[in-house]
Amino acid sequence: MTTGTTDIGTLAPNGGGFDPALVNKLMGKFGHGGFLNMEYVGHGDDWVELAIDWREDLVADPETGILASAVIISLMDNATSMSIWTKLNEFRPQATMDLRIDYLRPSPSGQRVYGRGICYHLTNSIGFVRGYAHNGNPDQPLAHASGTFIRTGGQAA
Amino acid sequence: MSALYTALPPYARALDMTVVDEINGAPVIGMPFADRVQGRPGLLHGGAISGMLEIAAIAAIHQALRAKGSDSNIKQVNVTVDFMRGGLNQMTFAVGEVTRLGRTMANVEARAWQEDRDKPIAMGYMHYLIKAKREG
Repeated sequence: MTTGTTDIGTLAPNGGGFDPALVNKLMGKFGHGGFLNMEYVGHGDDWVELAIDWREDLVADPETGILASAVIISLMDNATSMSIWTKLNEFRPQATMDLRIDYLRPSPSGQRVYGRGICYHLTNSIGFVRGYAHNGNPDQPLAHASGTFIRTGGQAA
Repeated sequence: MSALYTALPPYARALDMTVVDEINGAPVIGMPFADRVQGRPGLLHGGAISGMLEIAAIAAIHQALRAKGSDSNIKQVNVTVDFMRGGLNQMTFAVGEVTRLGRTMANVEARAWQEDRDKPIAMGYMHYLIKAKREG
């Protein structure tokens, strides 16, 4: 679970549309998103792209400088979570149910990592997401992600 | 009995993770609650929970390799994380279990919990490639 309820709810009230750049100022600058310093890169109708800069203290293997796998998970968690609100064009409270990451290759030492989250299907209670991470060229992904989010409130009766 | 694996990587140290115990020979990772691991106000970020699962899995597999006298490297292939409960503002623990250690790959399960180990807040299922050091 990554995402805000009251905090983001105030930024993106029902009917007021959803602005991922604005919401990332909250999710990417405070708490764990702030620790990782997640930046907004871009978005479309059903996707959001965020990025994290390589940092020595995010490394899992000091010999190679390869980023911890969980850094990619955090990035994909936030990007896919925001892709649901972007597709809905409003905020609805939700929790990550599961997330799978396949690591096609390591993210090289010193390189910025981008994560694009895509919401490919929505039901009243579930958001189905996928996405990928890359180092600047989306045609050379370093990881693929897929997962589901469950709505945790505001259900229509 | 080989020495307990306690040399955690920079990412784990940055989030204040330490080895606090061992279960069935595998290191138990502990992490205090703090703003840097917070997602929604008052709750752990899913990525920070995943981080504990990852570190616990890596520690378990290093411990298992060490027990076999192996100095092989590992390379993560994938992970699936199930998020079961919100992580509250308190100490969190995680431990990995190597369910199969072969010559070329390992299956690892990791569990994160807070007060009750039988009520996990998340579970991780990982595959690792085992790579002998000389073969690069």
